[in-house]
Amino acid sequence: MTATRFWLALPLVILTLVVALLLSWRPLDRFTSSAPPVENANVESVRLTGGLISLTLRTDGSEPVIVAQVQVDGAYRTFTATPQTPSAWLGRTRIDIPYPWISGEAHHIALVTGTGVVVNHTIEVAQETPALDGTSLALLAAVGTLLGLVPVAIGLLAWPAMRSISQGGLNFLLALTIGLLVFLLIDTIGEGLEEAAETIGRLRGPVLFWAILALTTLILLALGRRQGRAPEGLALAGFIALGIGLHNLGEGLAVGAALATGSAALATYLVIGFTIHNVTEGIGIAAPLARERPRLVDFIWLAALAGLPAIIGTIIGTQAVSPLWIAVCFAIGAGAIVQVIIEVGALMTRRAGIGQLLSLPVVAGVTVGLAVMYATALLV
Amino acid sequence: MVDGEACGEFSRRGFLRSVAVASATVPLATGAVLAQSAADGHSAHSGRDEGSNTVVGEVDYAKNGFDPHAILTDWDKGAVSTNADGRIVREWTITAVDHEFEVAPGVKFAGWTYNGRVPGPTLRCTEGEWLRIKFQNGSTHPHSMHFHGIHAARMDGVPGAGLVDPGGEFTYEFEAKPFGCHLYHCHAVPLKRHIHKGLYGAFIVDPDPLRHPEARDKAAARLLGSPENARWQELLMVMNGFDTNFDDENEFYAVNSIPFAYFNKPIRIDKTRPVRIYLINITEFDPINSLHLHAHFYDFYDHGTTLDPTNRMIDTIMMCQAQRGILEFSFENHEPGLYMFHAHQSEFAELGWMSHFEVV
Repeated sequence: MTATRFWLALPLVILTLVVALLLSWRPLDRFTSSAPPVENANVESVRLTGGLISLTLRTDGSEPVIVAQVQVDGAYRTFTATPQTPSAWLGRTRIDIPYPWISGEAHHIALVTGTGVVVNHTIEVAQETPALDGTSLALLAAVGTLLGLVPVAIGLLAWPAMRSISQGGLNFLLALTIGLLVFLLIDTIGEGLEEAAETIGRLRGPVLFWAILALTTLILLALGRRQGRAPEGLALAGFIALGIGLHNLGEGLAVGAALATGSAALATYLVIGFTIHNVTEGIGIAAPLARERPRLVDFIWLAALAGLPAIIGTIIGTQAVSPLWIAVCFAIGAGAIVQVIIEVGALMTRRAGIGQLLSLPVVAGVTVGLAVMYATALLV
Repeated sequence: MVDGEACGEFSRRGFLRSVAVASATVPLATGAVLAQSAADGHSAHSGRDEGSNTVVGEVDYAKNGFDPHAILTDWDKGAVSTNADGRIVREWTITAVDHEFEVAPGVKFAGWTYNGRVPGPTLRCTEGEWLRIKFQNGSTHPHSMHFHGIHAARMDGVPGAGLVDPGGEFTYEFEAKPFGCHLYHCHAVPLKRHIHKGLYGAFIVDPDPLRHPEARDKAAARLLGSPENARWQELLMVMNGFDTNFDDENEFYAVNSIPFAYFNKPIRIDKTRPVRIYLINITEFDPINSLHLHAHFYDFYDHGTTLDPTNRMIDTIMMCQAQRGILEFSFENHEPGLYMFHAHQSEFAELGWMSHFEVV
């Protein structure tokens, strides 16, 4: 016991000593004595309100990154920074610039730091960040409902038609579900990595994304099988709904951000496109229930689980969310989708044997699932 | 940092963003409601801080070692003696030093300077004098002083003729001619870097009235220290810029280095006395610079090498790099108040080259 403790403590003691020596002797300083401080800065979010531009700046460097001066559209402007001196390690500053920004036009911001480094950020289309008052909330909730809840509910209406389906037909439907999930997975990973790439280097956005994706898959697989067997029927439908719901949360964030940054002009067509596109998701949730006898209330909570996150996402998305959090949302969504792809695949394997995975109905189902998702995505 | 969305890349978010750019002007019901609060905001923000076009904070001039308000009038006449031939000899010692200074409030710039200031000392002499400029290089790079004037090739301050290595020294000697508003700058390569880091200054040669009997009064009015010169309010203005992030574009523009210095603290002008500006453009990277005076017109002497104006009644003068001249005007018939002057490249003006005269 004592020996175990000793061998546990020894590496810690040595590590502490090495760090202490590096910090007290600073033998590496001769390499860096003439180098200017390292400065990284990244505009994470922008809020536009009447006559005011507010930026959230993530900073990181060998010394605190101080914004000394601010240009808007190539002109120095008065501003305030809170706090003026952020911490050197992953600091955060809010920059408030009183400025008569012009709705619908682009504005270029340049932040000049104390060492003369310039951090650029472009507001591509200036739009007032929606105040979350009653009217806006209702409108955004309506958009989210149309985006998530309505199409999933429409898709679930196909359930009675599935009850009399043959085993081959059922395999086709489950395979179609896999196809649509694969499509959503690719889409979610693409979006998530794009957001992750916008985070500051030290946060290692892409690594974080993949790690959270893998963890989510593992946790959901473990949760689903905590009774000792794989989820089937209603439980599987529930997990599919959860995965799709998490994906729709990310989709809602994207649509909310788009509404807040100007694409509201085409909102009607966007929502029509997404609604058609997402109907397939409802069919996918219903597929494992073809041989079950679910109650009406089950359909309601499945639709809610898959659809309501879109509403939450849409509302939050309008409020200038940091790309790190959006990437985390997408990673969780992608992890959940991987889990249901595994479970639906496992279900088919148990029912029909591993050989059936390459049978005609299954290959056709996956193909149709992917093709329908792609084709309806063209509407968006 | 501009998001470049690849066309054809299948990404719904990407698509939404490109839609955002393309469709901003197509109003639909949803957009109208979301934009409602924006419209209210614009009409309602009258009582609020609307911000202004300037820098925030103050430059510590004491720490910098030079003050743009002092540079306006601190003519450096050097040490004067008479040689065996009875000729006036004027001598200066100038040292090149690396000097980090605050180029705008809170922004440090690793400058290369003459005597620790940008622009360097304003050397002022009279035509016909023998000039001796002892140049010491206390910097970490080779430097020189290349004078715009008339001199021998071996005094030109270029590689092979007066380029001085770190720790070295060279004395430039030549006659002060022609009279006018001139400049000196480092001519080591790379030229762009050596100039924009701060190695330049004014070199003013006053006309000797005795040599211009046909225009004696005009020459005397230009000769520093003469009774005719005493009523003039003379100002030095060196138009320059600073590239703080080494992208070959200036982040800051100014006259005499500090952006908005004369905007935030105007130059006081006594309206009863005429104004003469020695104006030099040494702005790097940009092809031209200019000076526009509000509510007024001035006479301009290109290079200052004539006693009669080369342009009369203009309110904007355009100069390429190293071009310079003399502006003369008077506020005698103007109301007291703030009169703006600035580069009439709006870009330069909004990035710091914006100033005020306070006429009293």
